Amino acid sequence: MLYKAVVIGASAGGFNALRNFIPKLPKQFSMPVFIVQHISPSSDSYMSLFLNKLSKLNVKEADEKEKIKPGNVYISPPNYHLLIEENLSISFSTEAKKNYSRPSIDILFETASYAYGKKLIGIILTGANNDGAAGLLKIKEAGGYCIVQEPSEAEAPAMPLAAIKKAKPNRILKLNEIVDLLVKLDSQ
Amino acid sequence: MIKDIDITNQTINIEIDLILEAIYNKYGYDFRNYSKAHVKRRLLNRLSTSNLKSISEMQHKVLHEPEFFEVILRDLSINVTEMFRDPGFYLALRKEVIPVLKTYPFIKIWHAGCSTGEEVYSFAVLLKEEGLYDRSQIYATDFNRDVLEIAKKGIYPIDRIKEFTANYQAAGGKQSFSDYYMANYNSVIYDQSLKKNLVFAEHNLVTDSVFAEVNLVICRNVLIYFNKELQNRVVSLFYDSLINGGYLGLGSKETIQFTKKSDGFEVINRGEKIYKKKIIKL
Repeated sequence: MLYKAVVIGASAGGFNALRNFIPKLPKQFSMPVFIVQHISPSSDSYMSLFLNKLSKLNVKEADEKEKIKPGNVYISPPNYHLLIEENLSISFSTEAKKNYSRPSIDILFETASYAYGKKLIGIILTGANNDGAAGLLKIKEAGGYCIVQEPSEAEAPAMPLAAIKKAKPNRILKLNEIVDLLVKLDSQ
Repeated sequence: MIKDIDITNQTINIEIDLILEAIYNKYGYDFRNYSKAHVKRRLLNRLSTSNLKSISEMQHKVLHEPEFFEVILRDLSINVTEMFRDPGFYLALRKEVIPVLKTYPFIKIWHAGCSTGEEVYSFAVLLKEEGLYDRSQIYATDFNRDVLEIAKKGIYPIDRIKEFTANYQAAGGKQSFSDYYMANYNSVIYDQSLKKNLVFAEHNLVTDSVFAEVNLVICRNVLIYFNKELQNRVVSLFYDSLINGGYLGLGSKETIQFTKKSDGFEVINRGEKIYKKKIIKL
């Protein structure tokens, strides 16, 4: 397989974007998907429960030291950074906020890139800051595939624009096109 | 080109193993069983802001310049904390643990990995409000001398006090949070009476052993930086430090569920990660 995992970063407007995206992934989708959605530190796990109800894939909040399974969608818990270990398990960190965010998209993307190298797909969706741009560049430099949501479609275009500027992604696409492309890449 | 990146990554991993070995042999701090992703990220970030060319060069510098080691030590230890972090944890302690602790004539508490001490003072406040402080002894430990110095002083920047006050209230605080500190220019100083039964001491969870028998161990957001092996060791250390029926409180995303000692504990509060050492009948 050309690619082994997908990482997604989203901020303002991300919940709506994810709701129109994750449920469209087919049951047989085999890559694990990791999501950092910026969220208030005191919020609960409703997002993973909600997305799980709508989705054909198993969507769950990531657990500490959990083994990564194919076709699972892992969402970062509020107030913790999500890190991917090279032995394909999940770690957390409470280190300082990065780009005013914990979880930080950069930290997920950076560690996922160590773990998966060129076999990683990184996606930046809607958001109002620049978290994820540096992380997407790391994925690009390691030979991974980079996708950014079309800024005109994004509820908040700042994050896609920052990522486009910094990482020069392979593709800039609308949400439904991203889904189609992922399904295609998954079967290659 | 891309294949080179894989080889580079492999080389970096070897270099990281070697620098951790060097740090352990030279300085006695053992990061070899820390989460690899965490260590790698922190070291590579340090590398990118230095004028060093590789982790191997960094290893040379670490071995020959103790001041540089202090920098790396700070990079690898996470000291982000706050007063009454996760208020629900304190609320659960008040409801489910304190009533039992009240039945003992004297209690000992070990706060492991206490960092700069905010959560230790938080717990001291809680004990005071529950009328338990005067018959308590709190041992607060960390492996990092610098953070212990800050903890001992009990002086913190004033800028987050609003947030901490909200935490205190959500944690079931019974008074006004300002009763416990004095504001002075840009700092707050915690009340001296909170320090009376506190002992701050150096202790390394990775390399040191049991030092006291206690009624409660609090260790929050420390295990997440360890690999499974090290988590096993440390949870066993807590088990051996607790009296029969003693309590263990972990961080909200930590669990003993997959450690070897999980059978030795019962779950008191699943969400807040509070456990009780099972009573062994002889």
